[in-house]
Amino acid sequence: MNEQDDMTCQEFVEMITDYLEGALSATERARFEDHLADCDGCELYMKHMRTTIRLTGKLSVAAVPIEGKDKLLNVYRTWKNGAK
Amino acid sequence: MGDAMPYPNDATLIDALRGGDEDAFSTLISTYHAPLVRTAALYVNSPTVAEEVVQDTWIAVLKGLERFEGRSLLKTWLFSIAINRAKTTAQREGRYDVLAEPEDTDEIPAVASDRFRPTGQVLQGHWVSQPQDWDAIPEERLLSLEIHAVIHETIERLPFHQRAVILLRDIEGISAEEVRDLLDVTDGNQRVLLHRARARVRQALETYFEEAH
Repeated sequence: MNEQDDMTCQEFVEMITDYLEGALSATERARFEDHLADCDGCELYMKHMRTTIRLTGKLSVAAVPIEGKDKLLNVYRTWKNGAK
Repeated sequence: MGDAMPYPNDATLIDALRGGDEDAFSTLISTYHAPLVRTAALYVNSPTVAEEVVQDTWIAVLKGLERFEGRSLLKTWLFSIAINRAKTTAQREGRYDVLAEPEDTDEIPAVASDRFRPTGQVLQGHWVSQPQDWDAIPEERLLSLEIHAVIHETIERLPFHQRAVILLRDIEGISAEEVRDLLDVTDGNQRVLLHRARARVRQALETYFEEAH
């Protein structure tokens, strides 16, 4: 592999979001994927990033009690009666 | 979250809401109240105020329902109303971090530079030692309350714009384009902020797993 075109792991970790967001050019994407295919460390790092995103997503289930839901439903009833 | 709604699409739900279907409104509140409170809480100084902002948001939603033309997703429309109201409150509260330009000037790398071989060495810029294999961590551990808390606390400590982007993208599941518009940042900014925020959360998890060994 040409030393000049070879991506470093340090570059890889900074490009990972652009890769996941589909924001890399075709050339950059190919370089990124070549590196990923050859580098066990960066493959592990990619797993970190995917796990981080997945686990962060779990925070959406945190229960928040809805205060004044009845009040809001009353507002809706009033709105409905006014609108019709 | 919003994907569990019993209405196949926005148009069906909006028709039901306009028609006075109380179940539809109840579903809407149950689905979006918590996400909207979390979002409003980014901008204002207390959970109580965030709750008030969202109560006002629902009233504004009802007032605007007849005029809603479906040019954006209903979900995005709800978030934009809540964010606008929260921003107005933030202005009153003097929250300068919220009102400032995105904080994209910090050049903290995603991974500490000492994890890579220094310049001049063979394999410069490559890992000194490989990252941990997170596949070896049991799923129940990954889903534990402790991990949940590590992520939550890390996000709470992020600068405002990073916190806002990771919340809207990775927790509330809003698309990149919609987050760009909701937060009034560029595509590039949105990605940089997301990159920094995710890197900080990954780092916190790595530190936690190392220390817990």
